[in-house]
Amino acid sequence: MTSELDIFVGNTTLIDEDVYRLWLDGYSVGDAVALRVRSGILEQTGATAAVLQSDTMDHYRTFHMLERLLHAPPKLLHQLIYQIPPSRQALLIERYYAFDEAFVREVLGKKLSKGTKKDLDDISTKTGITLKSCRRQFDNFKRVFKVVEEMRGSLVDNIQQHFLLSDRLARDYAAIVFFANNRFETGKKKLQYLSFGDFAFCAELMIQNWTLGAVGEAPTDPDSQVDDMDMDLDKEFLQDLKELKVLVADKDLLDLHKSLVCTALRGKLGVFSEMEANFKNLSRGLVNVATKLTHNKDVRDLFVDLVEKFVEPCRSDHWPLSDVRLFLNQYSASVHSLDGFRHQALWDRYMGTLRGCLLRLYHD
Amino acid sequence: MPGKLKVKIVAGRHLPVMDRASDLTDAFVEVKFGNTTFKTDVYPKSLNPQWNSEWFKFEVDDEDLQDEPLQITVLDHDTYSANDAIGKVYIDIDPLLYSEAATVISGWFPIYDTIHGIRGEINVVVKVDLFNDLNRFRQSSCGVKFFCTTSIPKCYRAVIIHGFVEELVVNEDPEYQWIDRIRTPRASNEARQRLISLMSGELQRKIGLKVLEMRGNAVVGYLQCFDLEGESGLVVRAIGTACTLDKLSSPAAFLPACNSPSKEMKEIPFNEDPNPNTHSSGPSTPLKNQTYSFSPSKSYSRQSSSSDTDLSLTPKTGMGSGSAGKEGGPFKALLRQQTQSALEQREFPFFTLTAFPPGFLVHVGGVVSARSVKLLDRIHNPDEPETRDAWWAEIRQEIKSHAKALGCHAVVGYSESTSICEEVCILSASGTAAVLNPRFLQDGTVEGCLEQRLEENLPAGCGFCHIPYDELNMPFPAHLTYCYNCRKQKVPDVLFTTIDLPTDATVIGKGCLIQARLCRLKKKAQAEANATAISNLLPFMEYEVHTQLMNKLKLKGMNALFGLRIQITVGENMLMGLASATGVYLAALPTPGGIQIAGKTPNDGSYEQHISHMQKKINDTIAKNKELYEINPPEISEEIIGSPIPEPRQRSRLLRSQSESSDEVTELDLSHGKKDAFVLEIDDTDAMEDVHSLLTDVPPPSGFYSCNTEIMPGINNWTSEIQMFTSVRVIRLSSLNLTNQALNKNFNDLCENLLKSLYFKLRSMIPCCLCHVNFTVSLPEDELIQVTVTAVAITFDKNQALQTTKAHVEKSLQRASTDNEELLQFPLELCSDSLPSHPFPPAKEHLESASSNSGIPAAQRATSVDYSSFADRCSSWIELIKLKAQTIRRGSIKTTVTVEKTSPMGEGNFRNRSAAPCANSTVGVVKMTPLSFIPGAKITKYLGIINMFFIRETTSLREEGGVSGFLHAFIAEVFAMVRAHVAALGGNAVVSYIMKQCVFMENPNKNQAQCLINVSGDAVVFARESELEVVSTQQPAANCQPACTGGEVTT
Repeated sequence: MTSELDIFVGNTTLIDEDVYRLWLDGYSVGDAVALRVRSGILEQTGATAAVLQSDTMDHYRTFHMLERLLHAPPKLLHQLIYQIPPSRQALLIERYYAFDEAFVREVLGKKLSKGTKKDLDDISTKTGITLKSCRRQFDNFKRVFKVVEEMRGSLVDNIQQHFLLSDRLARDYAAIVFFANNRFETGKKKLQYLSFGDFAFCAELMIQNWTLGAVGEAPTDPDSQVDDMDMDLDKEFLQDLKELKVLVADKDLLDLHKSLVCTALRGKLGVFSEMEANFKNLSRGLVNVATKLTHNKDVRDLFVDLVEKFVEPCRSDHWPLSDVRLFLNQYSASVHSLDGFRHQALWDRYMGTLRGCLLRLYHD
Repeated sequence: MPGKLKVKIVAGRHLPVMDRASDLTDAFVEVKFGNTTFKTDVYPKSLNPQWNSEWFKFEVDDEDLQDEPLQITVLDHDTYSANDAIGKVYIDIDPLLYSEAATVISGWFPIYDTIHGIRGEINVVVKVDLFNDLNRFRQSSCGVKFFCTTSIPKCYRAVIIHGFVEELVVNEDPEYQWIDRIRTPRASNEARQRLISLMSGELQRKIGLKVLEMRGNAVVGYLQCFDLEGESGLVVRAIGTACTLDKLSSPAAFLPACNSPSKEMKEIPFNEDPNPNTHSSGPSTPLKNQTYSFSPSKSYSRQSSSSDTDLSLTPKTGMGSGSAGKEGGPFKALLRQQTQSALEQREFPFFTLTAFPPGFLVHVGGVVSARSVKLLDRIHNPDEPETRDAWWAEIRQEIKSHAKALGCHAVVGYSESTSICEEVCILSASGTAAVLNPRFLQDGTVEGCLEQRLEENLPAGCGFCHIPYDELNMPFPAHLTYCYNCRKQKVPDVLFTTIDLPTDATVIGKGCLIQARLCRLKKKAQAEANATAISNLLPFMEYEVHTQLMNKLKLKGMNALFGLRIQITVGENMLMGLASATGVYLAALPTPGGIQIAGKTPNDGSYEQHISHMQKKINDTIAKNKELYEINPPEISEEIIGSPIPEPRQRSRLLRSQSESSDEVTELDLSHGKKDAFVLEIDDTDAMEDVHSLLTDVPPPSGFYSCNTEIMPGINNWTSEIQMFTSVRVIRLSSLNLTNQALNKNFNDLCENLLKSLYFKLRSMIPCCLCHVNFTVSLPEDELIQVTVTAVAITFDKNQALQTTKAHVEKSLQRASTDNEELLQFPLELCSDSLPSHPFPPAKEHLESASSNSGIPAAQRATSVDYSSFADRCSSWIELIKLKAQTIRRGSIKTTVTVEKTSPMGEGNFRNRSAAPCANSTVGVVKMTPLSFIPGAKITKYLGIINMFFIRETTSLREEGGVSGFLHAFIAEVFAMVRAHVAALGGNAVVSYIMKQCVFMENPNKNQAQCLINVSGDAVVFARESELEVVSTQQPAANCQPACTGGEVTT
């Protein structure tokens, strides 16, 4: 006696959260059944392994059929075939688009292309996440990227509108898309200590301040071809950043800046002497990062540079985070007192974001 | 020219990509009705076209309006080649033809293609302008309402229940026409879908005409089936019960004042009705004989019939009527005469209803069934389907004569079915023989001393159990005792019926699903040899199925079966029997005896031991089941009950009707002459097997109950969560040395595993009950067994259940469920007849409960003062009729519980629920249920019948996920299409939903599969009870049972 066909169709589509998770994690039906057996469900319910097998198969089939709709979540809401309560729809979508920290760290900033997809095998081996799950996550990134790539307006809003994700998840996707678009390097060994959250935080600040959309000025001509987008960094702004060079190139200005900072922080900083000794190096580092951002290569290395030029020197001198904060505040504020410096607004736009990023990046 | 159909095509969405190059579609729509076709403009390059067409107007006869479906085809325009069809939508416009149902059909319909499934949706608006044209000879029957529900629909009142209507139409099956060889599968499927749609329209119209002739205005319990006879054709047949229904005036005051007919409160039922004066119509006109032809068609049908049909078809005269015994009392005789006069005018006094207005059902005799094996032959002249008509007429005659043998003049819970394999067809009919109260059958106002005296003599809760036949002249051996409830009338020891548990029945404990499963191998044979072989097997199958049912019933410690449905399926090399029913313990019937095992070879010591071991196991199981289902009947001393009826007399008069009652269920001699002991003789391995299989049935896990009736006896605190589902399983038998035993085991395992899977899947709903569990077995191929189950899981409140249980333990006796009474709305006027002298009978339960209950909310208590004068009158009246009063008090205690608990719960649920639909602005939720009601809600409007037929075919089975993937997707699509049609009618639920057919064929080698599904149900609008409360300006008593009290409070 073999079962040829075995299905269960409810008027309201049954979703088993546990099985959904197993499916998302890319387990085969057999593995999923084994995992469920191990969870003790048979003892709880008095069911047999055959029942569990049939139940798992059934759910997998349902998920497989729903997957097509999950690729365009608004379709899931408007479709008529599966009657699913709204709260369940939200759960299905949210879980489908959720990703593993380990996985996202591997692909963050990489081009979401076929080439990267080929590397998924290695990523799977490295992270212990099943290849199937890696594929789903990668395809999700790519799909979101493709949809919002050419869109105007707020990146987070666009993602939320087209994928019906929660605010939190939409922000994460914005970061992923932003990183993928700008190809920021995140895989270097030096950067391994950083979490996805750290990068996402930075991405948000950069989107808010450094992109075209961040300028906030409504295009005077609605038909203008200027892209009002959150994805690309404001080219003009990057160009302007060259003007900051003077802060380190002009020796007087640099000395003045240093003395202003030192006066303000004397007695307040635990690592004052180290700061005083390192000021010029640090300042050079931060300003040089700014001036180099016109080159794509340097944009990609932004985080590497920040860690090399600022985080690591401070860390080697054992600056506490509170001191870093005090220093950066004073360092950016003091520029306003430099009479010879004319690019105050530019400086604030640059340093405001960078300060936020550096503070987030500064940890072990 | 009595009708104008108007159609507007608004928009489409989610269309498939038809042009690979552009990834877009140039869609346009063809709208076809009859022979007229309109087209929209092409909406270029879009997957979400906005046609916003003009109104397409079709001027048509109402006959066509009833027969023809509206056919909407979505196509992709192609400049250079033929336009590609994207898919179709068939819309049955029948619901628009009743004056009070839907007025417009408007909404998103899935675009369906028989090869690709659903491909996007289309927004359509349909309206009908009907012109009244009363004088012409009517071929149409617009305005006759159809209900699948097998009880009087909730917001209606039955004025007259006229009786049986039936019709069948036949045609050639397009799949078997020569042209099928050259056309595409798609064209063939569409031809079939369209033909069946046409045929069901025609069938419905013809049935409607018969109803009009009987001066009815509605068909209740409408059941339409298809027989795919293959080469020999396609038969669409339907049965139903013609009624004259009155719409109850408003949903808030569900019941008009009881002692006045209060016609001013009611709407005039149907505007198109040529004879609106139904109230004063005389005895209903007998069914006209136009379609039945009794000309002996046997010469032309190569028929071979089973032993069953060898019976004489002429009813034995004077069989029931002449036998009114002395003990039966004069009422019985009188009643019988009156009922007889009312029923004898009918050719077939059959009723497809399974639940009845109070007082309608007087006595129940038992299950009657008839089967007949026929050889199919090509239908030569589709316009004169004489053969098929004659076949069914034969079977019905037989049923009628069986009922007569049981001293009954009517058959209720009647249904018909077929099983076809190649050229052999088994026709089956079954029902429950019953004696009915003639009041409903003729004019609604017939009254007389007869009924009143009758009512006094028939205490509620047991009357229907009393035997209708003459105990001295019993058609079969049975053990009669005095009724355990009233101690006045005789009752049988077990009762099998096909109906739902009557609402006033007194049950003890809970019920449970009982199934008998059986397979019998059969040699492959051709034509007549095959038919003969099947005919020879049938009686044995029936016998065994009944034995199994009886054993399992005893094992559960119960004494009655309701909703019994026996299905015999024929395959190439086997016969399958599956009987499902809901077992209960009726308080009126005697306690069932245990099962005793008797060995054949008593000398063998180890054998003895084995037997005693088995016996112990059985006894343990019975004890366990009694505990599980809370069966603890009160101890009644023997003397009160009275001694059993002396047997010799009984036996001596028995000889008579052996032959005509060859297949009544109760006729089976299973009782072996002893009152208590039910002996199972283990004389061969078969019987051993039986005993084993008895013990292998696993009870559902705790928190789960199951039944195949509308509601579960003993549970009455449903909460509003429901989940309807269909589950299908197909197993392949290993063809090597199949034996009956192996086959039985396989089949048994299949069913048991299926149930286990259901329990597991629905475990999140615990505590819950699977209601209306409907198993269907088919044998699509040699070694394949397919089982399809449709049921609904309903949650209930456990705390309340406990409370009820407690109350029940104290009281021991309990009415089936008062909630249930509320759900099965019957008009107050009917109630008044059972309590003739009191003006406000149904209110009194609540009055009592209200005044005696300190736990009710303040608002309620305040008003209860107003009732006190009524309550006094009630109680004084109650003293007069003691028996009644007892029942009422019992009821009132229960209602108290309901008042306390249900209202806050109900509101709580409402709040929880209301949050969900609000959030879902995109697609409205449409509930589906095989039941006739929705727990916690009131049906406010019936929008019309849903009857849909779909074919799905694939030539890429593997790519669609194999057979499971294919069928899963198809069933989901069918649900979606049903829901979309209901939503377009303005409804939010389908009740009495049934999947009548699910024919699945596969050819994995060719990577192909095909499936046909036929579903039906009633589209309704429902409102949550809590919502209604708000509407009815917080009538205090409405909290508990708005149906009964609403009217009282306001007047």
